[in-house]
Amino acid sequence: MTLFERFQKKDPVALSKFITYVENQSKDYEKFLSRIYPMTGKAYRIGMTGPPGSGKSTLTDKLAQKLSSQDRTVGIIAVDPTSPFTGGALLGDRIRMQALSSVKDVFIRSMASRGSKGGLAKTTKEVILVLDAFGKDYIIIETVGVGQVDLDVVDNCDTTLVVFTPESGDAIQAMKAGLMEIADIFVVNKADREGASNLIYELDSFLDLKRKKDNSFGKCWEYPVISVQATHNIGIDLLWKKIEEHKKFIQDNGIFEKKRKAQIKSEIKKLIENRIKEITEEKVKESFDIENIVEEVLAGKDDPYSASERFLREAKLI
Amino acid sequence: MERKIRVLLAKPGLDGHDRGIKVIASAFRDAGFEVIYTGLRQTPEMIAEAAIQEDVDAIGMSVLSGAHMTLFPVVLNLLREKKAEHILLFGGGIIPEEDIEKLEKMGVGKLFTPGAITSEAIEYLKEEIPKRRKEEKLF
Ligand SMILES: Nc1nc2c(ncn2[C@@H]2O[C@H](COP(=O)(O)OP(=O)(O)OP(=O)(O)O)[C@@H](O)[C@H]2O)c(=O)[nH]1
Ligand SMILES: [Mg+2]
Repeated sequence: MTLFERFQKKDPVALSKFITYVENQSKDYEKFLSRIYPMTGKAYRIGMTGPPGSGKSTLTDKLAQKLSSQDRTVGIIAVDPTSPFTGGALLGDRIRMQALSSVKDVFIRSMASRGSKGGLAKTTKEVILVLDAFGKDYIIIETVGVGQVDLDVVDNCDTTLVVFTPESGDAIQAMKAGLMEIADIFVVNKADREGASNLIYELDSFLDLKRKKDNSFGKCWEYPVISVQATHNIGIDLLWKKIEEHKKFIQDNGIFEKKRKAQIKSEIKKLIENRIKEITEEKVKESFDIENIVEEVLAGKDDPYSASERFLREAKLI
Repeated sequence: MERKIRVLLAKPGLDGHDRGIKVIASAFRDAGFEVIYTGLRQTPEMIAEAAIQEDVDAIGMSVLSGAHMTLFPVVLNLLREKKAEHILLFGGGIIPEEDIEKLEKMGVGKLFTPGAITSEAIEYLKEEIPKRRKEEKLF
């Protein structure tokens, strides 16, 4: 049996190997993706972001347990940072998801960011497709969690949760980081700790404005703030209810479709851009004596602008 | 792109310290590996399952409890059952010489005893893993 046949028979070893294949962008991985593409589109994607240590993994664990108890299959992608100095990574999100290893139909994959800066890895989007094609009903994506820049998640998820904690400081910080714009649901985790009700109040008063603004467009998503205690499994039911409400909201209002269209569009553009970049790089290597031109520029005989223009013309790229 | 070495580090059994294994995890990361650490108190079933989902090249198991003669073979068998015998199982712990021999004969990789330094394990993995990777028929 080929690996692909095993994938179709829902063999987790094959799923895992194909994820690696896609993650490494190994030879012809695009062919594999185009082959599974018709099998995708059924999974619902939940993004989980928020500051380091806010409880994203713990919450993912609890949500996945809940889903599994309702006979839904779950895929989890947990992204952690790659060290820019050594290229290595310590992927520790599974520590908080131990209970899931004995739960049926939950598949967890840790991914290192590998230099990508938006909170996801470069190929997280493609790994989502692989899990989708494999037949996962829900896919939860945990971002790196460095706050400032974890914005990729919105483009790739249907419902985005941002997890705060009483100690993650004031809501003002979060606003600056752009987290307020990307969340569909606000989660205040570690509600067992002091300061939770304060934070909820702060978030609510900020959101009042946002809620009204959106109202004027005829869309009335409530941007709920949900208080939970992930470690104690408190508040998870309500959180789940809100996720389902949001799912229904975006589906009923055409937002889901719009989002998917935007994703497809940006995907096609990205693929074209990447290919053009590759082709150009090849050409530069082949037929452009860049070292020599650098010397010429330094000597005052050439300049970067004309040199690049000349190259593109000669290579028939423009 | 050069393929990263992925290693799962696990500590089965009930002994409650993870300082040692965390030090190894950091050393592996600094060597450029992607290290998946799953925490304490892992059952063999959990370890094998996680290793498959993460598609690791190797599992490094630390066994200090004296239960190495059961834990290593059990994980090895689980990997075989799950068609994941391509994953290298190596480890460390307080393991007598004759047991090491027996385990290595069963198919366990190198076992490091307390005197060993992490760079030995790093060198070992860097050498061993590329040898074990093989092209597979995809379609
Ligand atoms: N008191 C309290 N602690 C919690 C709660 N939820 C999670 N924690 C603890 O917070 C710590 C961090 O939890 P994680 O789930 O690893 O947080 P994370 O956001 O995934 O962390 P990173 O992935 O490292 O950014 C752990 O020690 C959890 O046990 C909670 O509701 N109350
Ligand atoms: Mg985490």
